[in-house]
Amino acid sequence: MSATTAIAKRDLRAYFNSPVAYIVVAVYMILAGYLFFNTLFIEHQAEMRGYFSLCPMLFSFIIPAMTMRLLAEEKGSGTLELLITNPVRDWQVVVGKFLAGMGLLAVLLGLTLFYAFTLNSLGPIDKGPTYGGYLGLLLMGGAYVAIGLMASALTKNQIVAFIVAFAISFTLYLFGRIVQIVPPSLQGIVAFLSIDAHFESISRGVIDTRDVIYYLSVITVCLVVATVSLESRKWK
Amino acid sequence: MSELMIQVENLTKDYGPTRAVDRVTFNVRKGEVLGFLGPNGAGKSTTMKMLTCFLAPTGGRARVAGFDVFDDSLAVRQRIGYLPEDTPIYKDMSVLEYLHFAAEMRGMEPTRREQRIKEIGGRCGLGDAAGKLVGELSKGFRQRVGLAQAMLHDPDLLILDEPTSGLDPNQIVEIRSLIKEVGKEKTVILSTHILPEVQATCSRILIISGGKLVADGTPDELRARERGTRYKVVVEANGSPEAAIKDRLGGISGVLRCERVASENGAHAFAIDGNSSHDLRKQLFRAAVDNRWTLLELVRESASLEDVFRNLTTTIGEEPRP
Repeated sequence: MSATTAIAKRDLRAYFNSPVAYIVVAVYMILAGYLFFNTLFIEHQAEMRGYFSLCPMLFSFIIPAMTMRLLAEEKGSGTLELLITNPVRDWQVVVGKFLAGMGLLAVLLGLTLFYAFTLNSLGPIDKGPTYGGYLGLLLMGGAYVAIGLMASALTKNQIVAFIVAFAISFTLYLFGRIVQIVPPSLQGIVAFLSIDAHFESISRGVIDTRDVIYYLSVITVCLVVATVSLESRKWK
Repeated sequence: MSELMIQVENLTKDYGPTRAVDRVTFNVRKGEVLGFLGPNGAGKSTTMKMLTCFLAPTGGRARVAGFDVFDDSLAVRQRIGYLPEDTPIYKDMSVLEYLHFAAEMRGMEPTRREQRIKEIGGRCGLGDAAGKLVGELSKGFRQRVGLAQAMLHDPDLLILDEPTSGLDPNQIVEIRSLIKEVGKEKTVILSTHILPEVQATCSRILIISGGKLVADGTPDELRARERGTRYKVVVEANGSPEAAIKDRLGGISGVLRCERVASENGAHAFAIDGNSSHDLRKQLFRAAVDNRWTLLELVRESASLEDVFRNLTTTIGEEPRP
């Protein structure tokens, strides 16, 4: 286990040793700030729905930018060789990297709490949807991080990793938008696959095990694919 | 446990249709410093990558300290310190941060970490560089950090892929003496295409070419095996015909080959190959005295490793690179 935490700590620190984390955080805070205060100043409502409803889309490009370097950079620069000739299992490397991505996501969400507190001081906001919303963001963000990490495991080119992760994430997001226009026979499955349909119910304060299981399944599948992709160097 | 640190049997690796390593078999005893020699692209790095469990062999097997590199890969990796080619170390970390990370990856206790990093840092001469970013270090210092991380956990076996490539002559001498010192207590495998390097550091040499093992032995054995010992004789014979002198010298027992070589006016020069088991100088001298030749020069020279290397690696049809 110590190897997993060592990797998670190293990669989280690497984010802040390079401009990546600062750029991602800045862009995210500007967009999130706009969404928070848009609702406040234009609609005169102290609530977070506007922000939450756009997060599935925001995440689909912000998170791939965070995760693209996790494994692709190591493959490209050759540091992966030194990393995995340590006595670690491949899944420990993948989980360590995933935790680093979750760490940066937590920093990002933690900073937006500042907006939430500001709103709350102007007029009390609904507790249920806010707690639910943040829990939902963590779960949904986890799914995006896992997708990004999987894309990063498949290539040694960070740009390719970004584009692949964005394409997958955005497709899952789009499923939620096209439910109305697909044939009725497909509606069930499209709605189930949609990444934000599951988020919507959580952000209303309703925590349904099906939604939680959906996100945990996406995370598990992506981490398994990433591990298999790392192991593929050992195929004979 | 056996005295063997590494057992390799028919190890083979294919990259798609190309065979990078072709049925290589060798053993390494504990405490040996083994030089892995070969032209670029001969399969040295690939073999090392299989020994360190980074790649899986296509065929054959390799065991390190009795553990199979594929089936018991964790046990193998715990016993190995590895320095890959080009020292891939995170450039965004400081030397100290990196060594702490490496120690943590090895699961070392925090107190032991501190102590080992201090000890190894001193041994590898990292002193002043400890706080610097790896990306800002010179190639020589980066190499030292690479060696330090490989030795941090006190492994039984060190695998070093081209540890001195790209260094200046002073740095090469430093790294070599470091390896030599480590080799006193550990088993070391190092790859290189620089010949003086193996002569300076290794107790045994493997030469690999086109994926195949073409030679295995101590530097002396290889030199002897290649051509025996060569003598150069220059005599002044006061009018005896050269052919007669050549016959006379060629007739000495132990001479394998006698050949005329270019010489100064009036003197006759010969290159003589003898088997290495026995010194021909006495007999050559006696032959000159008996025939009343004036002996101007008598030199015994061993075949150089360069010759051995060139002969072995070009017969396969590959360009050797210096």
